[in-house]
Amino acid sequence: MSAPKQTPSQTVGPYFAYGLTARQYNYPHTSIADGSMAGEDVEGERIRVEGRVLDGDGMPIPDAMIEIWQADSQGRFAHPADPRNSNAGFTGFGRFGTGTDPKNRFIFDTIKPGSVTSGEAPNLNVIVFMRGLLTHVYTRIYFADEDAANAVDPVLSSVPEDRRGTLVAARHGNTYRLDIRMQGDDETVFFDV
Amino acid sequence: MGDAHNTVTPRDWTAHPPLIHPDYKSTVRRGPTKPLIPIGHSLSELTGPVYGHDALAPLDNDLTKNGAKNGEALGERIVVTGRVLDDLGRPQPNALVEIWQANAAGRYIHENDRHDAPLDPNFFGGGRTVTDAEGRYRFYTIKPGAYPWPNHANAWRPNHIHLSLFGPTFASRLVTQMYFPGDPLLALDPIFLGTPEAARDRLVSTFSLDVTEEGFALGYVFDIVLRGPRETPTEAGR
Repeated sequence: MSAPKQTPSQTVGPYFAYGLTARQYNYPHTSIADGSMAGEDVEGERIRVEGRVLDGDGMPIPDAMIEIWQADSQGRFAHPADPRNSNAGFTGFGRFGTGTDPKNRFIFDTIKPGSVTSGEAPNLNVIVFMRGLLTHVYTRIYFADEDAANAVDPVLSSVPEDRRGTLVAARHGNTYRLDIRMQGDDETVFFDV
Repeated sequence: MGDAHNTVTPRDWTAHPPLIHPDYKSTVRRGPTKPLIPIGHSLSELTGPVYGHDALAPLDNDLTKNGAKNGEALGERIVVTGRVLDDLGRPQPNALVEIWQANAAGRYIHENDRHDAPLDPNFFGGGRTVTDAEGRYRFYTIKPGAYPWPNHANAWRPNHIHLSLFGPTFASRLVTQMYFPGDPLLALDPIFLGTPEAARDRLVSTFSLDVTEEGFALGYVFDIVLRGPRETPTEAGR
């Protein structure tokens, strides 16, 4: 038998909220994840990561869904392929729809990840879904106060210098802010992962 | 050692829709316009969230019952089942499958759905399951109705169920829609037609009398193929 071929992606559509983010949107159904990623027993620096998802007209998109996958404070993933045993209680996965915040922001309360390996800057792996996007796109969020690490990160270094800023979140207290721009002169860098 | 590294099979752009497909109007101002920048696979892409059977409640895979308030959900009961494989043909056990859909009348419970069709007090429309050791999943639900949408004049979405899947890695992530065989709306639907023609059949389930439960529910089979991990020879100088 020949190898099967990939099932095509389709848009998440406008009505994902009660299926994928029910708890956040107050639908009577459980959720596997939301924007509160780190319980009290999780080690690490508490941070908030927030931003909007903007369309080609600069308008905030109210029906996007953002997923985050990140390492723990010591750079370890909670996954069998990472043998370093991530700290208990931290899955590293968050999911948030932009339809509940009055400004249509995504808001993640998490911990700041460590570097996965020396030479990689701390970052969040991000998937963007929305009505009007037939195939999801990948991006990353880096941290503005990690200049030295960002300067040598292999993924950031592969991005043209004038576009790297679209991946770096500014720090305000314990909150990092970064808008994801789907189009325009300062379109966010999306990766072919 | 040192002559191979782990990676995930690439996204097959002959299978997946383009980021901008003008017939589906919302893509025009939402799809990225600049080329995606390729990155190699490190631990970030080779890992992903892990959910097991302990993440499930007993009725999570039975949408005919998990929203019941005071009676039976209305509509045609169906079984939707299939295997989750990777594109090297390996079954994917412990894959989380989440689904959501309209009710039999073509109405979503979502508060933004303004379609003038009735809600069913005994149908919620969301569920999830985890694949077994052979990569199989199984849902009981109600066949979703077609519904109008504002993309163009007299536009109707074909009957469909939304599915969200996690494979073994973040790179295996997939959100898709399952359609029903013989639906005349497929030939008119810009979302379905946004898919490369050679790959469209993979989005259409097949009716199965074997899966059909006598006196209870019609059976549909929908296999899902994700990107899978593999070992790739390391190129010189990598």
